[in-house]
Amino acid sequence: MKTPLSWLRDFVDLPESVEQIRAALDDLGLVVEGIDYVGEGLEDVVVARVDEIHPIDGADRIRRIVVDAGNGPLEIVCGAWNFEVGEHVPLAPVGAVLPGGFAIARRSMRGVVSNGMLCSARELRLSEEHEGLMVLDGMIEPRPGERLMEALGIEADVVFDLSIEGNRPDAWSIAGVARDLAARFGRPVREPALATPRSDSSSDAVAAGVIEAPDLCGRLTVSVLRNVRVGSSPAWVSNRLERAGMRPISNVVDASNLVMLELGQPTHPYDAHRVAGRTLRVRRARAGETLVTLDGVTRSLANPGRGLGDTGEDCVITDGDDQVLGLAGIMGGATSEISDTTTEVLLEAAYFDPMTIARSSKRHGLRSEASHRFERGVDPELALRAVARFVAVLAESVPELEWMGAPIDVRGVVPTPSTVTVRRDDVERALGTALPTAAVVANLGALGFVVAESDDGALVVTAPSSRPDIRTGAAGRADVIEEIARVWGYSRLARHTPTWPQPGGMTQRQRLRRQVRAIVVDAGTFEAWTPTLGSESSFQLTHETSTPVRITNPLAQEESVLRPTMITGLVAAWGRNVERGFPDVRLSEIGVVFTHPDDTDQARLTRGGAGGSVNLRLPSENERVTVVLGHRTDDATSAVVLWSQVANRLGLADVVVRTTDGPGPGLHPTRSATLVDRWSGAIVGTVGEVDPQLVEAVTGHQGRRLGLLDFDLDVLADTDAVRRRSTLAVVPSRYPSAVIDLAFVTPQSVHAADLGHDLASSSPLVESVVLFDVYHGAALAPGTRSLAFTVRLGATDRTLSDTEVASAREALIAVGAGHGAVLR
Amino acid sequence: MLADVASIEELDERVASIVGKRSAFAAVQKSFGSLEPDERRTMGARLQEARRSVEDAVERRRIELRAMERAAMLEADRLDLGDVVVETRAWAVTPGHAGLVGSTQAELEDVFVAMGFTVAEGPEVESDWYNFEALNIPPAHPARGMWDTFYVDLGDPETVVLRTHTSPTQVHLMEAAVSAGSLPIHSVAPGRCYRRDTPDARHLAAFHQIEGLVVDREITFADLAGTIETFTRAYFGPDIESRLRPAFFPFTEPSAEFEITCTICRGAGCRTCSNTGWIELGGCGMIDPAVFEAVGIDPDQWSGFAFGFGIDRCAQMRHELSDMRALVDNDVRFLGQFA
Repeated sequence: MKTPLSWLRDFVDLPESVEQIRAALDDLGLVVEGIDYVGEGLEDVVVARVDEIHPIDGADRIRRIVVDAGNGPLEIVCGAWNFEVGEHVPLAPVGAVLPGGFAIARRSMRGVVSNGMLCSARELRLSEEHEGLMVLDGMIEPRPGERLMEALGIEADVVFDLSIEGNRPDAWSIAGVARDLAARFGRPVREPALATPRSDSSSDAVAAGVIEAPDLCGRLTVSVLRNVRVGSSPAWVSNRLERAGMRPISNVVDASNLVMLELGQPTHPYDAHRVAGRTLRVRRARAGETLVTLDGVTRSLANPGRGLGDTGEDCVITDGDDQVLGLAGIMGGATSEISDTTTEVLLEAAYFDPMTIARSSKRHGLRSEASHRFERGVDPELALRAVARFVAVLAESVPELEWMGAPIDVRGVVPTPSTVTVRRDDVERALGTALPTAAVVANLGALGFVVAESDDGALVVTAPSSRPDIRTGAAGRADVIEEIARVWGYSRLARHTPTWPQPGGMTQRQRLRRQVRAIVVDAGTFEAWTPTLGSESSFQLTHETSTPVRITNPLAQEESVLRPTMITGLVAAWGRNVERGFPDVRLSEIGVVFTHPDDTDQARLTRGGAGGSVNLRLPSENERVTVVLGHRTDDATSAVVLWSQVANRLGLADVVVRTTDGPGPGLHPTRSATLVDRWSGAIVGTVGEVDPQLVEAVTGHQGRRLGLLDFDLDVLADTDAVRRRSTLAVVPSRYPSAVIDLAFVTPQSVHAADLGHDLASSSPLVESVVLFDVYHGAALAPGTRSLAFTVRLGATDRTLSDTEVASAREALIAVGAGHGAVLR
Repeated sequence: MLADVASIEELDERVASIVGKRSAFAAVQKSFGSLEPDERRTMGARLQEARRSVEDAVERRRIELRAMERAAMLEADRLDLGDVVVETRAWAVTPGHAGLVGSTQAELEDVFVAMGFTVAEGPEVESDWYNFEALNIPPAHPARGMWDTFYVDLGDPETVVLRTHTSPTQVHLMEAAVSAGSLPIHSVAPGRCYRRDTPDARHLAAFHQIEGLVVDREITFADLAGTIETFTRAYFGPDIESRLRPAFFPFTEPSAEFEITCTICRGAGCRTCSNTGWIELGGCGMIDPAVFEAVGIDPDQWSGFAFGFGIDRCAQMRHELSDMRALVDNDVRFLGQFA
C-alpha cells in the first residue's frame, strides 16, 4: 500500500527522521517494502526557454541548442527533436544529480561543449513519457529560471510502500497506519475535516435503502447528494491519489477513492437519475441473472464455483425495479455509472460479509480495491463518517453541494466486537516477559481498545469495531496479546532458549537415508534434483497402462503429472549433460514417486473434506533411490557391482540379484534383475540397464548403455522385510584357513546366489564362499554353465586336518548336487 | 501378402514394388488419362481405397517387424545379472557430489538435533484439511491467497493439493501425539513443497522448507525468540543475529517474521538487503489456539511455537546463488562445486 508521509502527518505528529518512521513501521508489522522520495533529484532542475537550434557538423542525431534559464545564453547538446524555438523545457544544469543518482557534468560532443542536459519526463521520473523532451508550454505558464518543482507545484514527499498483513484490515488506510504510529510514539490522532448533513431535509422522502439479505449485508447507508457538478478535483486531491498509486478521474470518483484510501471505507456513487425509484436494495443474486460490470464483462451470477463449499452465492445491489445494478462490494454495473451530466448522486456506504465477498470475488476472478477491503473486513461503524469525509472533500470543488439530512441507514447482521478477558499473568505466560499493566492499558487504549478491570484484577478488553480479526476466548486472548506485544515492540521482549529432558535425534530410517546417500555419492554419482511434475507423454513412456496423478491447474502441460519414477528424469538430465559435452555422468536421486490410489493397494488414507470429516484415498508416496550410471564404460554389470557395494555397506544379510522376466517399467527387458531378500521374499528394487527405447525417446541417443539401480527406501527401512547381518562380532581364527576352489556345471535355471548361499551354510567350517568365475562354452551341455567358487574353510580353535577338509569338500559337492550341479 | 516379409528393409522394397513408381498401381493410375472425367473420378477413388488398404497392411506389418526386431535385439543382448562376478570387477571411482539442497537440509537437521529436536516428515500430497483448514485457514478464506496452490485431480475439486508448505506436518505430529498420548513435541520437519509460481531466478515452483514445532508446558514467545537466535548463530555463525517483527500467519498468534543479519554485508547495508542490514528468512509464532482446538490439544495445559523457513533459501544465501534454477538444471559443472 503506497502511503505518503505527508498524508500520515495530517493525522499524527511524527518525527522528522524518515529512517525512524521506517523502523517504527517495520517494528509494528507494517513492513516497508520500498521508499520513494518524491522530488528527490529535481531540486536543481530549472525551466529553460529554447532560443536557438543549430545543426552540428558531421552529426545527424544531435543538435546544438541555445537556451536561456534566467542567466543568459547557454549551449546544450541535445538528441531530442520534439521542440521548437520559443518553447520551454526542463534543464538539469552541470552539477545537478537526477533521480536515480545520474550526475550531470560538462561534456563535449563533436567538438561542442554541452553545459547541462535537457530532460524528458521519464528522466525526471515524472511520468513514463520518453518520446522527446518534456515540453512545458500548455501545462503551465513557464518562466525561464524558475525551479521546476515550484513551476509544476511538486512538493517533496516520501512515499512508503507498505505490506499490510491479511489480519489487519484496519491498517489498509492512511488513518489506520497513523493510529498504529500514534500508539507507538504516544501521540494523539487528529480527525480529518468532516461535513454534516443538512438538518432541514430528510433523505427517506426521496430515496430508499433495503436489506433483503441481512446475513450478507450488515449495514447499508444511502446518502442523497444534490447540486453535484462533475468536473476535476482540486490539485491536492489528484496529487494524493497519484502518490497513492490511483489515477484521478473526476471529482466524484476521486472523492470516493480518496476516502477509501484515507479511512478504509469503500463507497459507491450512483447517478440518482439512473437508479429506478432512487432505491438501493441488497439481496442474493438469483440463478440465471447476469450483470455487465464496469469493466465491460458480462457476469453470470449465482453459479456454484469449484472451491470447497462454494455454493455460488453472490450478493447484489438492485434498484426499485429489482434490476441488478452491481456486484455488491466488488464492482458496479455500467447502467448507473456517474457521468459528466450527473447532478444528483446516491452514495452507498455499506458493510458486506467478508466471506461472501471473498468467494464471489474469487469465483468471478474480479478483484477491486473495494473487494480487497470488504473481504478482509471493513469497520461496520465507519460508513457515515466516510460519507461525511466524502462530502467535505467533494464540497471543495462543488461548494453548493447539498447532503440531504437523515441519511438512510439500515442494518443487517454485523459482527459484535469481541470482548476478551486477559488475566494478569496471561501476558507473561504467553510472552515470557512481564509488562507493566499501565503500559498495556495505555497501548491498547491507543489502538482503540476499551479496557476495563474486573473484580479479580483481570483486564476486560473490548476490541474496536475496526478490528474484526480479534476473536473471542483463548484465540482472542492470543490476538490481544499480539497487539500488546506489537505496540510494546517485539525487540524489547525477553529471549530464552528452552531445554527439555527428551533427547533429539533422527529415526533409523532417516539415518539409513543419509547412509545410502553417502554410499551412492562415494561411488561417484552426482546427486540430482529432477522435477516431480512431468508431462503426460513422459508418464506414458514408462507407465502406459497406469493411471497418472494429474494436476488440475498446472503451469504448463510439461508439468502436469506427478512422476511415477525418477528414471525418466535422470535419463533426461544425463542427456542434457551429454549435449553440453559431458558424456560420462553418473547421477543419483533420492526422492518420492507417486502411484494413483486406484492403481495400488497402498493408497494413503487420510482425513479430508470440510472439517476433515471425510476419508480420502490419496496417492501412495514411495521414497526411492535411483541411480543412472552413464559413464561410457557403464552397463548392467556396473549397476550390479554398485548394488553389491550398497548391500555390503548397509550390512544387508541376504538380498540377491535375481533375473526375472519383465523386471519393471523403464528397465531393459533382458538385462535387468530384481533385488530380492531371500529370507522374506521382499522386493527391494531393480538393477540392470535402462530400456534402450526409453533412452532413445528421452535423449535421442542410440546404443548408449545406461546402468540402472533403483531401490525402495521404504522397503529397505523395514527391518522385517530386509534382514541385516548379525551385529555380533566374529573374531577371525588365529589358525590358517584351507582354501579350495570348486567349479560346478550348473543348470542355467539355478541362481548362482542360491547355490553360493547353500554352499556357505553346508558346514560350520565354511568361512566364506565367493563366486570367481562363470564360464559358458561349447564343452558344456546346453542350458548349463560353470560356476566357480572359492571356499575358505577354518575353525577358531585349530588348524583343520586333511580329513576334515576332505569331508567338508564332499559336503559342498553334495549341496551342489542338490541343485543339479556336478563338479566339473 | 506380407507375412513372408522378414525385415523392415525387405518391407520397404516390397512397398516400392506394390505402390511405387514402377508398380501396378502406378500403371493403372497412368491408364486413367484416357478415361472420361466422371469415370476417372470414380476409378480414382477406388484406386485410392485400394492403395490405403495396402498401406494399412504395410504399417501393421512394419509394427510387427519392429517388435520382432526389438525382441531379437533384446534376446541377443540378454545378460544374466545373477552371474555377474562382482569380485573381479574393479570399480573406477571418480569423486561424486551430494546435492546442494540435500546437504543444506542435513546440516540444518544436525543443528536442530543438537538443540534437542527430533526430525519428522510428512507427505507431499495433502488434503485441504491438513494443508489449510486444520491450520485455521478455512475454505475461500482470503488468507489462502498467501499460497498459490497446485490442486491434484482427485476427489472433489480443490480438495487435494500439493502441499504449499511443511506446516501440515505440524498437524500430523500433533494428531499423532494426541492419539498416542505422547506429548510434548520437539520436532523439525524438512520437506519439499510446491507453489504455483512461474519459476524465475529467485523462485522455483518446487522448493524445500524446514518446519519447527514445539508443544510443551509453559512455552513462551521468549522461548521462540531464543530458539531462533540460537539456531541463527549455530547455522550462520556467531556474528549473525536475528530479530522478530510482527506478521500474520493464520496458524500462529502472536506471529512474527524473522530476519537475520544480512549475510552478504554483515549488517552494513547492501543491495541484497535493500540497505537495511537485515534479510527475511522465515515465519514463526506461538501456535494459534484454533490449531490446538482442531487437533484436540487443551491450550490451557499446553502451549507451543512453530517456525518455518526455506532450505533452498539458506543455500542461496550461503553460496550467494544468483539463479535458483541452477538447482534443478542438474548440470555437472554446478553439481560438482559442492562437497
